Amino acid sequence: MSAAQWRRAMNTGAGRQAWPRTAAAPATIGVALTPSAVAIPAPPRSAARLGAALGRIRARHVLVMIGVLVYPWVVNSFFAFQIGGQALALGLIALSLTFLGGYGGMVSLAQMSVAGVASYMVAIFGVAGAAQGGASSLHWPWWLAVPVAIAVATLFAALVGWLSVRTEGIYTIMITLAIGVSFYYLAQQNYTIFGGHEGFNQVYPPTVLGVDFRQPIAFYYLALFWALAGYFFIKYLLRTPFGVALQGLRENPRRMNALGFDVTAHRVAAYALAGVLAAIGGVLMVWYNNRVSPGSASTEMMLNILIISVMGGMRHPIGAFLGAIVFVLVQNFAIDIIARERFNLVIGIAFLSIVLFSPDGLLGLWDYFRARVLNAGLRAKIAISGDR
Amino acid sequence: MMRGRAGLFGTAIGAAMLVGAIGGAQAQDSIKVGALTNLEGPFAVPGQDGHRGVDLAVKLHNGMAGGKKIQILKYSSDATPDKAVAATRKAVEQDHVDVMIGPLSGDEGIAVKNYSKTHPEMVFINGSSGAQAATLQDPSPNFYRFNTEGAQWMVGLGDLALAKGYKKMWLVAEDYGFPYSQVQGFMASYCAKGGHVVKKAWVPLGTKDYSSVIAGIPSDVDALLIVLGGADAVNFLNQAEQAGVDKPFMGGSITVDQTVLNYKGKKRESLLGTASAGPMADGIDTPEWKKFVADYKAAFPDGFPSPSLFAYLYYINTQALLLALDEVKGDLSNKQEKLKATLAKLEFDGPAGHIKLDENRNAIGTTFITEVAKAKDGSFYNKVVKAVPNVSETLGLSKAEFDKMGLGNRDVPNCP
Amino acid sequence: MKRTRVKLWFWSIAIGVPLAIFAAWAIADNPKQFVSTFLNGLTLAALYFLVASGFTLVFGLMRNVNLAHGSLYLFGAYMGWVVGDATDNWFLAVAVGFASAAVVGFLLQVSIFRFMQGQELRQTLVTIGISIVLADLMLWWFGGEIYSFDPPRAIYKSMPMLVVQKYPTYRIVVLGIAIAIGLALWFFLNRSRIGMMIRAGVDDRGMLAASGVNVQRVFAITFAIGAGMAGFAGVIGGSALSISPGEDTRYLLASLVVVIVGGMGSITGAAIGALLIGLAEQFGLAYAPTYGVVFTFLIMVLVLAFRPTGILGRRVA
Repeated sequence: MSAAQWRRAMNTGAGRQAWPRTAAAPATIGVALTPSAVAIPAPPRSAARLGAALGRIRARHVLVMIGVLVYPWVVNSFFAFQIGGQALALGLIALSLTFLGGYGGMVSLAQMSVAGVASYMVAIFGVAGAAQGGASSLHWPWWLAVPVAIAVATLFAALVGWLSVRTEGIYTIMITLAIGVSFYYLAQQNYTIFGGHEGFNQVYPPTVLGVDFRQPIAFYYLALFWALAGYFFIKYLLRTPFGVALQGLRENPRRMNALGFDVTAHRVAAYALAGVLAAIGGVLMVWYNNRVSPGSASTEMMLNILIISVMGGMRHPIGAFLGAIVFVLVQNFAIDIIARERFNLVIGIAFLSIVLFSPDGLLGLWDYFRARVLNAGLRAKIAISGDR
Repeated sequence: MMRGRAGLFGTAIGAAMLVGAIGGAQAQDSIKVGALTNLEGPFAVPGQDGHRGVDLAVKLHNGMAGGKKIQILKYSSDATPDKAVAATRKAVEQDHVDVMIGPLSGDEGIAVKNYSKTHPEMVFINGSSGAQAATLQDPSPNFYRFNTEGAQWMVGLGDLALAKGYKKMWLVAEDYGFPYSQVQGFMASYCAKGGHVVKKAWVPLGTKDYSSVIAGIPSDVDALLIVLGGADAVNFLNQAEQAGVDKPFMGGSITVDQTVLNYKGKKRESLLGTASAGPMADGIDTPEWKKFVADYKAAFPDGFPSPSLFAYLYYINTQALLLALDEVKGDLSNKQEKLKATLAKLEFDGPAGHIKLDENRNAIGTTFITEVAKAKDGSFYNKVVKAVPNVSETLGLSKAEFDKMGLGNRDVPNCP
Repeated sequence: MKRTRVKLWFWSIAIGVPLAIFAAWAIADNPKQFVSTFLNGLTLAALYFLVASGFTLVFGLMRNVNLAHGSLYLFGAYMGWVVGDATDNWFLAVAVGFASAAVVGFLLQVSIFRFMQGQELRQTLVTIGISIVLADLMLWWFGGEIYSFDPPRAIYKSMPMLVVQKYPTYRIVVLGIAIAIGLALWFFLNRSRIGMMIRAGVDDRGMLAASGVNVQRVFAITFAIGAGMAGFAGVIGGSALSISPGEDTRYLLASLVVVIVGGMGSITGAAIGALLIGLAEQFGLAYAPTYGVVFTFLIMVLVLAFRPTGILGRRVA
């Protein structure tokens, strides 16, 4: 079966443009999905790939890049830190959910718990204020504490994955919700390690090479660096054989199993990779809040991440950051526009409307808008000139 | 496809920048005060009363202090420390308030205290947070608390227990910071004077089903000390009655307060006579308190029948600020140094007694021992049995003894 | 076959022996507390069964993970309270609790979920949105106060019981109600026409439609019953433990854990899961209060690790 035929056969979801439509892709897809080539094949020559990647950059991308780089200098510290920094950190966690849910078909509500585990590990292994009840931190330097924290959180994510993947897809939401809540209760009840209900205070980002990452602008760039790294990593991952196979697993696990892919291993690996992203997001969040407590990974926060992903749109990684920006803006300015007390009602109605009418979130709305309004003129021209 | 998404993302960033650029104009002859309470979450209803306390203080001061107009900006959180700090950060860095009052709950207070250290140039005054650690552990030089904290609220109740002959007691309390402080306040003098708390049942926060805990009550205790709040207290009391428990109760500061006494359901006569303690009580008999209640009722016909704990605490903290502003004639120059110095030395008479600050800028005030009684119209209220003045954070012990004990937690203090 | 029996024996011994040892120690140490805790666990399990049965019924037939189940519980409880307070009749409150939640469930099914047949993830997301909106609306209308019911005095006192002397009558009443409802559900599912259609639909929805049954009507009835059970449990549970905002999340999580442990789509599984979880919770609270609350989740994790579809669940086609 040729690569093109295979692509057509697998491309069952009509609106779902999961495959990147470029020249570089078909070779890798065709090679990857034959049983004899389960081992990851050698990618095309890097120079050609780099050239192809650079060729896809448009003016808009450059503008947005300049925009996010210049952003903290044109707004005040509140906007740089509380809006920008927080949106990037939350967006990174939501990106892990978008990757797992949108591309892997496994909507895991436990991503915030993974981030919470990373936050706690940073506080426990690194430097934090003494917690009431006796828990204290080990005072390791940050360059040791942070990688260990991310490693522990990734292990936790793999465990969550292993528990969740052995059942049908829709169970995943329930099970991950229950696992996330159990972590919440464990952290709340345990005083010797987790510091109980109050958690850890005074967890500060380090000063590296003279740059104090507690300052708003420095923190913003730190968050921006990791957000960009996560974003490009996911975009790269989706084009590798692993990423493509993951999307195949979303479409039809039985078929993939018949082809010789280890469904469980693939999925657990996806959970682990998403866990790395969420862990980095968790480290950023604990440095942002300067504290961690069970409430950082409560049911409400877990649902907030889901709301961010769905609102932004699960079809493309940028949706996570889009949703995060909108969420953070509404959260901070709802009190000025409408009554703050009804914030949850507003978010709930917005979420409900999006799921009911535009399941692809804001991205779906934007595509609809573009197709109907912006391209209407173009289509009219084509129709008139008879180019059909 | 890519371009469309990048365009949308760019639009979102642009929107963020635009909103950021729109700042608030600021009148020069007014002082902006940020007031942070809980308008969402479990304390939403008491949080509203907190705002009423702030508004009442400003109203009774004619909206001015130190010759300048007072402008109150309202902020909300939901009892989580993260939201409290986020709201405070917005107030300070985005809306540029001059002084901050708040927050409401214990854990939020610790988080805001830590935040206040990053802005040493302005004054932060507590709202109603009653956590010991906000002033006893790593205090912040610009965080002031004109209300007493959770442990201070229970001083004197231990003596009443011994006077009633309760030599052995059993404790049920929620497993987090505020009850730890409350229990320490009770046990500091109770244990020292020979009482025994035979068993402590620490239940996870939000426990609804106390039947198994009730089953574990030893049969040889004289009374039960119940330091639960809100819904937990209602459930426990109902279930204890159903299980046929017939021992006398004593309550913590929020165990038999107005929210519990007036819950929507049949009143339980078994609550009558329950003793408790706190920084205020509905039944205080002094003219200052009666005037406070009358002013509250006149200003807020849609408020509670009597000001709640939160209205009172926010009121005295706001009143302290206004009095201090009067004394420095509104001078906020030079990182508010005159205001800070005045606040640290401020002493005044609130509606419920005399208030002054100790060296950690925490209040030394009066604690009221109360009992639940029935008013003429059949409703329940807390009648004052005794007023204990000048309660400090060392809870009646000497400083050395208290430092040795440390802050309250599950095992401190202990006298089985 | 022999391997399965060996496995069954192995697990029974591995779990049974430590439990037996613990029970022996606890009875010797404080028999009153042991029996009391056991009864409490049983009665709490009864309440969990009432809530979870509706949840598992809806999932079993319509593959719809209704995460608004907790909100329906709270909604039925509030509606029941309003009526009970106005008429001073607790039985009417119970009936209204069931009916109001059933109506809301019915409306949700015919106006929203009917058009999303097959899109399970989307349905679940919609239920999440509905739960958020409902919870905030109820908070707005009813406030953050605690509401308590007023059952007839006769069932609200304590009654004599062996070993523990006094035991709350109401909890025994709840146990009785749960057993009655369980039997009624069993009869409904196994002996009535509609029950037969529901069971057929759980096995194979396509065939049910192909054999000429109005599937949408069956779905609507099932959702109404499932939601009604939640509202009914709301009033019953609210009379034992009061209602306030936050109860919805609590009972939703309890339902989730119960059906994960017991098996999706199986009423008997819900009963077994509720028993396990109720007993574990109460024994945990009595004998190990610090981590008792984590026990239930630990059980869930163990069940997931060794038997992913739950104890009585099965892989649906």
